[in-house]
Amino acid sequence: MSNGYHIVVCGSVVPDPLQTLEPIETPAGPALKNEMLLPAVLDPWAAHALYEAANLAAHAAGSKVWLVSLGARAKLRQVMMTIAQKVSFELVPIDGPASGFIDAHATAALLAEAIQSITGLDRSRLLLFGGWESASRGAGVTMQLIGERLGILDQFQGVDQLTMQPDGAFEILERIEGGRHQVSLCQGPPALFGWATGNLPEPRNNPQIGMANMRAIMPALQRAKTVAPAPDALRYRSASPPKQQRQTRIVKNLSAEEIAREIVAWIEKA
Amino acid sequence: MSTATRHKLEMLRTLPSDAARQIQWSFADRYELQMLVQSVRAVARGPVARLVAQGGRNTHEWTPAKAEMLEAFDQSGITAVFMDPEQGGFIAGPRNLALALVAFELAWVDGGAATASLAGCLALAPIHERGTPEQQDRYMKLAAPPQPGEDRKPWRGAFCLTEPIPYVGVDTGMLDGKIRIVEWKPGEEPILQVEKRGRFITNIGFANFVTAAVDSGDDRIKGSCMVILEEGDPGIFDRGTATKKMVHQLSSTGDPIFNLRVPASRIVGGYDIKDGVLVPRYSHSEVIEAVFRRTRVTVGVMTAAKLLSAVEPVIRYQRGRFRGAATATPGSVRYEMGLQAREDALHRLVDVWATGEASASLAFAAARAFDELDPLEREADRIIAERGVSGTRAKAKFLRQVSDEAASLLRLMPGDPRREKLQSDTLMRFVTLDSLADILCPAAKLWNTGWGAQMMREAVSLMGGYGITEDCPGFLGNKWMDAQLEATYEGPEAVQRRQLSVTMTNPVFLAQLRNWIREMRGIASERPGTGACTLATAMTMWLWTLERLQHSTDSDGGKLYQSARQGVTFPLADALCWLLAARCQILDVLELDRRGAQDSSVAEGLSGLVNFLTDLCHVQTARAGGEAARICAELVFGYNRHPAWDEEGYRGCYQQDELDALEGFVPGIAACATDVIAGDGSHPSKAGPCAKCNGAEQFLTLHSKLATCLTGSRLAKDRAAEAVSKLMIPEVLDYPA
Repeated sequence: MSNGYHIVVCGSVVPDPLQTLEPIETPAGPALKNEMLLPAVLDPWAAHALYEAANLAAHAAGSKVWLVSLGARAKLRQVMMTIAQKVSFELVPIDGPASGFIDAHATAALLAEAIQSITGLDRSRLLLFGGWESASRGAGVTMQLIGERLGILDQFQGVDQLTMQPDGAFEILERIEGGRHQVSLCQGPPALFGWATGNLPEPRNNPQIGMANMRAIMPALQRAKTVAPAPDALRYRSASPPKQQRQTRIVKNLSAEEIAREIVAWIEKA
Repeated sequence: MSTATRHKLEMLRTLPSDAARQIQWSFADRYELQMLVQSVRAVARGPVARLVAQGGRNTHEWTPAKAEMLEAFDQSGITAVFMDPEQGGFIAGPRNLALALVAFELAWVDGGAATASLAGCLALAPIHERGTPEQQDRYMKLAAPPQPGEDRKPWRGAFCLTEPIPYVGVDTGMLDGKIRIVEWKPGEEPILQVEKRGRFITNIGFANFVTAAVDSGDDRIKGSCMVILEEGDPGIFDRGTATKKMVHQLSSTGDPIFNLRVPASRIVGGYDIKDGVLVPRYSHSEVIEAVFRRTRVTVGVMTAAKLLSAVEPVIRYQRGRFRGAATATPGSVRYEMGLQAREDALHRLVDVWATGEASASLAFAAARAFDELDPLEREADRIIAERGVSGTRAKAKFLRQVSDEAASLLRLMPGDPRREKLQSDTLMRFVTLDSLADILCPAAKLWNTGWGAQMMREAVSLMGGYGITEDCPGFLGNKWMDAQLEATYEGPEAVQRRQLSVTMTNPVFLAQLRNWIREMRGIASERPGTGACTLATAMTMWLWTLERLQHSTDSDGGKLYQSARQGVTFPLADALCWLLAARCQILDVLELDRRGAQDSSVAEGLSGLVNFLTDLCHVQTARAGGEAARICAELVFGYNRHPAWDEEGYRGCYQQDELDALEGFVPGIAACATDVIAGDGSHPSKAGPCAKCNGAEQFLTLHSKLATCLTGSRLAKDRAAEAVSKLMIPEVLDYPA
């Protein structure tokens, strides 16, 4: 494609998965304990989408990547110190709540609005990327909702691979049951891709890319519009972490097969 | 607001975030440094940690796995930190704080990795500080990592000082290595023969060039110099055997032998020819002085990082200590709190944490001071040259005059309009900051590594036997051992004490110290929980002691404060370090309190974090005040001869019959008298009559005041301990162990 793609990646920040994530009740509804104080990372599903976007852009001259991100400005800023060093993109930040308890419809509306306001975005060349799931709490519908709001009809979810064809079409591998992929062909943009893990490793930090990105990211963060989700859009009756059970037994004389058999038996019993 | 009230409001909720640290250590406005931190952290807690966990430290040799670490440094921007943007770097301007942050992040996981990174900078530093433009251009570009599309390997460097073999880290003034002229054709550049044996030379296993210190072995060369040796130079470039060091095994260290022919243009900074003699523009000691006064700060940072890195693994260990035991059932105190149900375990961890905070604050303050000083120094040099002052002595004399004026101005009361010159005049600013840098650098190196090593041992001991196993989370045993080398790198402790003993008597510094006493009192009135008042009293006592020692003699008439009397000067330098670190710690917490609310990710838990860090300040100032008081008391009284039970001693004692007679006039006097000689000549069972405090009454008043200043410091420790037992930590450490 001669003019390249306009790739918009939707992705926000989530607490570092190594942290203790403890739901608590607040006057505003459920939240994670100390969430603002915990270190954050770019949602791993969205991060895969971003790396795939950058890779695609690198192979299609004239392409450009935007990262549209809804989150607390201070958190976005911290996360950018890492992400901005990995690939080239322009940040479109929206200063607002990004916890896993925010209604996917409200989030999708805010993101779609932000995408529509991107200056110079050519909708006929638009590829909308995002995570198929989210590490904060997988509603699994946000990307579809954004696509609907933007009128993008070609939508693919659980994408692991996107291959450009000589005629400008895409071959897409989507995850289906049984560890298999469904192969689809898409004529080209506009299209939406909810990424699974993709195939690319996490790019190494490159401070030169970081310095170039940050010249635009810092002013963008300062200009970020502050938003609030629609009140009473969603109510939770309760929130609790998945139950964990730990039983440790030290064995020295069992083979791997015997240990595996014992674990399977334990799971079946549980 | 009283500390008790603060405590009730909010407690520490999580470990301090990056955003909070950025504010504390004054780089919240510098995104290039924040990116650098993230980049280095990814390397440290990724490839470096995996290398350590896989046993990479279990060999002295330079291995392919260790070499991969250097490639990770190149790819992540660590190698390029030292370079200017036009040389392949990405950070413009002074980079002392940047290098300190690199050292902090790498040493958080492994000191040897930090050393491997810093040693490359150390090799380039002589060229960076004193090299000719041609030398700077050549070696900086060669050492810069390849840019995209470039196909080359970056050059690595080693710095070779070395005292007479076989010793290591003894005296930087005694050189091993000679330089001679072997060929000098008329009108051409002399060719030099450089013979040098190195010992404990970092990076030598892979270095492509070496900056080596050598002395003249030829009447036609004056003095000493530093010279650049390259791998391909004609002659012997033998990397020697790997040093069998017991620490920092991720850095390559060896004992090389060089016997090489090089052109005279390799002399760092160039040379002049005077009366047929080759005169290097900089002696090796001049180059080293410019280099070490900056690079020593980063070594101090390393130990600070290790102490702070120990907090999380120790907390996790303490909490989980009894889990798995039959008697520790979920819900029981033993299960839920583990060792943290014990006050001592918490108090000792608070001590480790407080030391880590103080040492990080001190080292980062030093790094920032050099970032400010670097351009100021160049500007001062320009002004001095413009005024026609040249030559080392003339320059020193000129700067002495500026310093005298600066000291006078610093002694004026705050608000005096004449003080404005201290800010507006470049030379005034230079001598003021220079005097401070002269203190901060050796103090950070000396105290952070020396006391840091002691506290690292404490951290290891908090893990019990687990602490000295290879599978101890956080590699704490390694970090403890490594700290001993950090105390030696770039000049052992005696060198730092020696420097401090000279620079801490600079009137410009002493005038600033007096102002700090006022500053601390002011802080104390606003924030009594910081321990700033304790620190002010301790600083007053230290100053009193210095002045006393400078004008006193021992009981044999020997002058006390003098160069050779290291028993006097060195402990006083130690005492000063405690005070400097505590002051920096307080200032950093105040900065966080002032600016934290501007960052929403910090604001939420700010009050709890500040309360906790304030309590750590109080704990640390109490310790610092106690150490200073102990040292000062020893120095003030220790050089007086103790009275003995002899004729002279008896003269100061009561006779029993004399006392009996006095009792009729002054009832009760006999009960107060301690030194009484009985009628049969016998005396109380002790060393002699009690010593008097003639002339030291003011000291005793200060000493007593300092003791009462400690009021509340243990309550602060109790609060900090409680906070440590309740704060939320991650589920697991973010690097393998």
